[in-house]
Amino acid sequence: MSEIREIILNSDRLATDEYLVNMGPQHPSTHGVLRMLVRLEGEKVLNIEPHIGYIHSGIEKMCEAISYPQIIHLTDRMDYLSAHMNNEAVALCVEKALQVEVPDRVNYIRTIMDELSRLASHQLWWCVMGMDLGALTTFFYGLRDREKILDIFEETCGARLTVNYNLPGGVMFDIHPNFQKRVKDFVKYFRTKLPEYDQLLSGNVIFRERTSGIGYLSPADAIEYGVTGPSGRASGFSCDLRKHQPYSAYPLVKFNEILDHRCDTLARYEVRIKEMYESLSIIDQLIDNIPEGEYAVKMKGVIKLPEGEFFQRVETARGEFGVFVISDGKKNPYRVKFRSPGFSNLFALNKMAKGHKIADLVAIMSTLDLVIPDIDR
Amino acid sequence: MKSFIEYIGSIFKGIWTLLIGMKVTGKYFFTPWKNVTQQYPENRDQLVMFERFRGEVIMTHNENNEHLCTGCGICEINCPNGSIEIISKSILTPDGKKKRIIDQHIYHLGMCTFCNLCVKACPTGAIVMGQKFEHAVWDRSLLTKVLNQPGSKIEEGVKE
Ligand code: SF4
Ligand code: SF4
Repeated sequence: MSEIREIILNSDRLATDEYLVNMGPQHPSTHGVLRMLVRLEGEKVLNIEPHIGYIHSGIEKMCEAISYPQIIHLTDRMDYLSAHMNNEAVALCVEKALQVEVPDRVNYIRTIMDELSRLASHQLWWCVMGMDLGALTTFFYGLRDREKILDIFEETCGARLTVNYNLPGGVMFDIHPNFQKRVKDFVKYFRTKLPEYDQLLSGNVIFRERTSGIGYLSPADAIEYGVTGPSGRASGFSCDLRKHQPYSAYPLVKFNEILDHRCDTLARYEVRIKEMYESLSIIDQLIDNIPEGEYAVKMKGVIKLPEGEFFQRVETARGEFGVFVISDGKKNPYRVKFRSPGFSNLFALNKMAKGHKIADLVAIMSTLDLVIPDIDR
Repeated sequence: MKSFIEYIGSIFKGIWTLLIGMKVTGKYFFTPWKNVTQQYPENRDQLVMFERFRGEVIMTHNENNEHLCTGCGICEINCPNGSIEIISKSILTPDGKKKRIIDQHIYHLGMCTFCNLCVKACPTGAIVMGQKFEHAVWDRSLLTKVLNQPGSKIEEGVKE
């Protein structure tokens, strides 16, 4: 075999050339405007260079000119599938800086909302993952269930995607009277629908062939690249901030951190599916015990942070999201930096996809669950 | 021979998993009444939005064409992207004092991000979120609205 290869490589006429292909910026599997410069030898991927910045919106710079409650509404637009968690990160950061204690009710509401967004985000990821691999059916099943969560959001928060529900010191409205009933109905409904996901996609032979053993990311590399969230946990990197640095009502609930040591695409897939079960159990534990009380503490009309540096991180559906605020005592921050999970996860792609076929690159990219505004912000 | 049996076996396994998946899709194919899609433009009349749904900012007026807006401008300050402009004017009250009242409460729907901060901040509750969501127009200038109706005035007894 190697002899033939040698002959081919040495002959002028049959020599294979490497070539560069632009994948994106308008490519359905990049889920947004991401351009990847892929160096190929035949179908084999030699190198990937992600080029970002096509939808850079300058959110960090904009934050320097607006007040803290207004910053929260901008974070909706970064990782729009984890809007609640992003909102909460800024709210928690401001509360930490001002040393405000929020009522228990707020903590419970925030945690339930976080888990609902995580479910909605994983549902969308699941249906899009199937679609990327050529199974359009999954798309409709995932969206069918996600719709129920969006209805819950719409009823309580007033919006479906860019919810802007958190404020420094609490949440914007009290929960809607129907909220608990709806959430309980949803949990019951989704427990019966989640096995359908496994029947449709997880057990499918073609799907398993295309995912197992593909896109290996060693635990050491995951830590080195800062790959967090389900993608990191599928490499055996224990990085769940809900466990390690619990915030809101997470110290009160029991749940497992899903870890997988197979480090491949299938592992990343299964971690997310299992996380959905964990989210359902977290909601179950909280929904009946929401304590009575205020839904927000009274804050000053103009919120000014004391001089200094403040940092808060939360676990979004994609990984670790951090907010770093430098304040000079005015009503708007001196500098804001967001640590977004998508950015770090994207750059581990080269490590994972090198040596695989270009069709596998699409599968690997979908299990990273990229949201482009989260990367570009 | 062994690899041949494995090959045949894998084909049957593949077909079997395919059938498991098709059991799910088949179930919905034969029970179309369980489907969840809506016929959108046709069901407009039955379509009810949730009461908190944020469709647009509106100013409520009572039957005498009176509103609650004092023209204080707090909503303008709280808006993150300058969607609200307050133009106020000063009038002479009957007892001879000068008073600033609202002239035009201008709202740029095209710039609004429906964040609810203005509604939350308004001290008198003059503006609320409306449920209308079909905002498409042919001309961009139609998206700039004046929220206080022509000829309207402030309700008696609203304190600044
Ligand atoms: S709508 Fe409310 S906040 Fe805005 S100017 Fe009128 S009274 Fe003030
Ligand atoms: S909803 Fe938000 S963006 Fe729209 S006018 Fe009010 S404050 Fe401005």
